[in-house]
Amino acid sequence: MRTLTVWCPDWPVVAAAAAVAISPGEPIVVVESGLVLACSGAARGHGIRRGMKVREAQTRCPHLTVLRHDPVIEARTFEPVVTALEELTPRVAILRPGLCAVRARGPARYFGSELAAAERFAAHATALGIDCRAGVADGVFAATLAARTIAGGELALVVPTDGDAEFLAPMRIDVLDRPELIDLLRRLGIRTLGAFAALPPREVLARFGSAGAAAHGLARGIDERPIGSHRAAPDLAVQREVNPPIDRIDTAAFLAAAMADELAAALGVRGLACACLDIEVSTEHGPQLHRQWRHDGPMSADDIADRVRWQLEGWASTRAFGDISAGGIIQLRLEPAETVAAGIYQEGLWGGLGELGERAVRAITRVQSLLGQKAVVAAVPNGGYGPADRIHLVPWGDERAAVRESSAPWPGHLPAPSPATVLTERESAAVTDADGHPVGVTSRAAVTAAPTTVSYGGGPAAPVVGWAGPWPVEERWWDPRSARRIARVQVITESGALLLLVENGQWWVEARYD
Amino acid sequence: MSAATLRNLVTSANDPAQVDTAALPLLQGLTGLLPESGLRRGSTVAVEGTTSLALALLAGPSQAGSWCAVVGAPELGLLAAAEYGIALDRLALIPRPGQAWASVVAALIDAFDVVAIRPTGPVPPGLASRLTARLRKHGGVLLCLGQWEGADLRLTTVGERWDGLGDGHGRLRARRVRVRVSGRHGAVAVPREGQLWLPAPDGSVAVVTEPPTPLRQFQLLEAV
Repeated sequence: MRTLTVWCPDWPVVAAAAAVAISPGEPIVVVESGLVLACSGAARGHGIRRGMKVREAQTRCPHLTVLRHDPVIEARTFEPVVTALEELTPRVAILRPGLCAVRARGPARYFGSELAAAERFAAHATALGIDCRAGVADGVFAATLAARTIAGGELALVVPTDGDAEFLAPMRIDVLDRPELIDLLRRLGIRTLGAFAALPPREVLARFGSAGAAAHGLARGIDERPIGSHRAAPDLAVQREVNPPIDRIDTAAFLAAAMADELAAALGVRGLACACLDIEVSTEHGPQLHRQWRHDGPMSADDIADRVRWQLEGWASTRAFGDISAGGIIQLRLEPAETVAAGIYQEGLWGGLGELGERAVRAITRVQSLLGQKAVVAAVPNGGYGPADRIHLVPWGDERAAVRESSAPWPGHLPAPSPATVLTERESAAVTDADGHPVGVTSRAAVTAAPTTVSYGGGPAAPVVGWAGPWPVEERWWDPRSARRIARVQVITESGALLLLVENGQWWVEARYD
Repeated sequence: MSAATLRNLVTSANDPAQVDTAALPLLQGLTGLLPESGLRRGSTVAVEGTTSLALALLAGPSQAGSWCAVVGAPELGLLAAAEYGIALDRLALIPRPGQAWASVVAALIDAFDVVAIRPTGPVPPGLASRLTARLRKHGGVLLCLGQWEGADLRLTTVGERWDGLGDGHGRLRARRVRVRVSGRHGAVAVPREGQLWLPAPDGSVAVVTEPPTPLRQFQLLEAV
């Protein structure tokens, strides 16, 4: 899905500077918990970087302006930009304040080419006096990086179709924005997205978990969540009519927080989380307002509530509601435009194992690397007669398919309880009657005499306390060469209950009910 | 604090209805037999003389969503495992770990809630203490099918009695097992015995509530 992203560089700085009315050209940093979150170009000129401690930044540039990170201000300042872009195309999805995306196809057709469309978008925002670039690529990640790599006076960069992986390959892994993963990869000597992408996906999954696998997908140029894909169920939307109309932000935000909880809970019971949120507001006199917020992973109830609050602040600042011409809010609606399986980054890859399962699967892969893939097995219920046949073992990671249908009728198989120990190599046994003669089973599935002793494994003959059977099985009766006529007998001896098997007059211990 | 208040405190702490985050859940039927309402995280449990009881112990956490692994037990009856309620899709089996079994167990302890093992021989004390230290750190439970020196909880079958099977008719349906529970500390420092349906005629696991079967009616089993 061709995607066009519009990116405003250093947005936290631009927004924070605008709020205190200083020029973003000054050396400015925006900080969060003592670390530099964003810095202006002038600050970068002094050697200040993201992630640096504020004190260090101040040492490098003594006249540095330090501003606090405020997502509300950032969202509010971004609202006019989004409003401007919506004059060009209807559905703009906000990825975060300072970055938004649209599907490229419509605008490209309208403006003649993707490059023309991207330039038009960037120019439209620049007209508001905001530094802005646009990128086009197959996926959101590559398109964003395309916008970020533009140098010089250009406004837009287009990555050709199917060119995402090639475009991303020379990029430094730092662009992934996952500090722990980047640190780990650097220590492994992996410095570019291309080198990361070259790792086998299975190994990445085992070593770095699903978050690592998601990052790996990005590095390979695979966009699991194309922009504008609507898969969620609209019936899960949460909607409130309000009377009297709300004209205060705090009242609306309070209502939104309750609705966010409700939405997150409704999705949660289905094992889902919202990854892209549609916010719709109807006002007394004004037009209906709509905005879409997209998130990298699953949004929590707090994430949802934050975005609704930011958006309400944004609309209030552009007087879309709350003043005399538009009036108060009469309806608020939150709809999940896109959902992902809760707790994991990528739906398809894991099928909802959860955190416990992920850890377990990683440990299993470690054991497989130690002993070989076939050393770890999973048990699959299977069709058959004997206790060993009714379980099929498959190497862990392979498809868990039964060899024989377990729901098909298997006349003669023993009902539960099944033996807790099934010998891997059945053990030869001798079964005798009261006179010491061997016991046999006739072709009509009857014992020749009641068994009174059983001996096996070189042990002494143990008296039989109770017995039942025989249960005859004719396996593969249709094929005279491989046909087996066997029968099973349960016996209780002093050392426990056994499942015996007789074939061609020879007795075996097959399993123990221990 | 009076003796009565203390007793009340102890009783409420032992109340099976209380959810214990420091413990993995047990099958309902086992709570009456064991000193606590769950398998304490970080503890070692040795089950001797019976595989079924080990399966029943695994079933509680497994049903509650835990991942379980079984190392070194190629003869485990997996059909019986499923019948006791173990979720086969969350059960990893390493039937033949060979010489590397300690590394395998160490790797699994990090991630699995319950790791069951059947050691081929005596476990060197140094290795055992390293594994238990790791166990305590990660909060899993080590279930040993056989003897484990210094196990926190030790369950041994003393005798059993099968129902449903006669002299040439019927089939094995239900079993009463006499279990000796002992351990290192707390309520089990003094060993005690109890009777368990393993399984009951309906396939479940339950403490025998009707007048317990006299011991002489059991076949006495020798500890393996």
